[in-house]
Amino acid sequence: MLKSLLFLATFLAASSCVASAQASVRVEPTNLQGPRSLPEETGRAAIRDYLQSWQSLNAAFEQNRASLLDPAFVGIAKDKLTETIQQQAALGIRTHYTDRAHDIQIVFFSPEGLSIELLDTVNYDVEFIDNNGVKTTQHVSARFLIIVTPAELRWRVRVFQAEPE
Amino acid sequence: MRVRLTFLFGVLAAAIAQMSLAQDARMQLPTTVEAGSAFSIPSVGNGQATLYIVGLGQVLKRSVKLGETAFFPAGSLISAGHYLVVLAGTSATQNGSFDVVSAHEPANLSFLAKPSRLPVGLHGGITGAVYVFDDYHNLISAPTPVSFELANPSSTVQKQSVVTRNGAAWAVMDSTAHQGIDKFVARVGDVYSTRVVAQVPGDPCGLKMTAQLIGQQVRLVTDPVRDCSGNAVPDGTLVTFTENYNGAQSTVDEPLKNGVAEVELSAHNGAAFSVASGIVMGNQIRWEK
Repeated sequence: MLKSLLFLATFLAASSCVASAQASVRVEPTNLQGPRSLPEETGRAAIRDYLQSWQSLNAAFEQNRASLLDPAFVGIAKDKLTETIQQQAALGIRTHYTDRAHDIQIVFFSPEGLSIELLDTVNYDVEFIDNNGVKTTQHVSARFLIIVTPAELRWRVRVFQAEPE
Repeated sequence: MRVRLTFLFGVLAAAIAQMSLAQDARMQLPTTVEAGSAFSIPSVGNGQATLYIVGLGQVLKRSVKLGETAFFPAGSLISAGHYLVVLAGTSATQNGSFDVVSAHEPANLSFLAKPSRLPVGLHGGITGAVYVFDDYHNLISAPTPVSFELANPSSTVQKQSVVTRNGAAWAVMDSTAHQGIDKFVARVGDVYSTRVVAQVPGDPCGLKMTAQLIGQQVRLVTDPVRDCSGNAVPDGTLVTFTENYNGAQSTVDEPLKNGVAEVELSAHNGAAFSVASGIVMGNQIRWEK
């Protein structure tokens, strides 16, 4: 009985940790421009893969390992993020990005079906750590323009750019 | 009561002092910086400090002397995004942030046209989508006019002007009545990108054959095969000749050569010959000796 209670308590604590680590996601109704309608399943997949890209991004920036971007990013976005990680590593800096909330809207599905543009107002925390001991955390709210394109198995982020809200 | 009031005033005074310290510690940062342009960050205080500018697109670290202004020449920050600024001195760390926005001048277009090959005379058959970028590969989200132009050497030019939304614009064009190589151009100011779209003849139209007795055989020959716009259907396109006689059927596929297809089949009295290409049916001939 005691063992069962202990297990339940551990399970609930673990669940609560997982829940707190996950960002809340709100998807606005699609406000699409373009001649092509977006199948619901396609939109869901694009958003799912985009949200997963934040995990890749966080791991890559925290560990200064650009290769962790590979599954989720491609093209301009990957090039820029890779370069930033290389700069971080060279300067002895690490950053930890934790996304807290997303407010996403799909705004463009290109006519040939090869790109989807999303707008996402993201609330996230950035923890900045310099190897010499400087450490600070800031909370940020920013609007991101994201373009995802299809790859073999998933949508990958090709443009990932924050701009003033 | 007096003790409580004293305590309250004490807490209030401490809070005000804290707020004024925070105000002093706030850096004078630009709200936005255009990608690639010069900017400066003034600082207050004395002594040495390290200034960090940290974003997803770039990271800068520089030693600064507090009380002086740190100048960043053009080209220092080129990647659009949100940047944190951390000024770490020996006694305190100041934080702030600003945005780097894309340059106003378009420099690159990502232009995707589809398809690269299609039949003539297809309404809404050609689409083009363009994303507009600045010189540093930042997406320009400000509304930007884009002109799309589809030009066929032997027909009129189709033009559309579209203003980008969130950096994207698109257009739909018709394929023209004439086969050939079209140039599909997307243009923003002096910046343009060209794609080639091959317009090929459509399905055969008015497929017709004639029959002629050659010994014991009937020679079936099509007229020059053209699409409904009069474009010659390319050689190699298969034409199917069929003979139906006495419940039996013989079929022969022949490619077009020099615009026509021909075949020789047995000349049975009462046989019915037909011709087709793809889903297009031609005429029928009943052979009577």
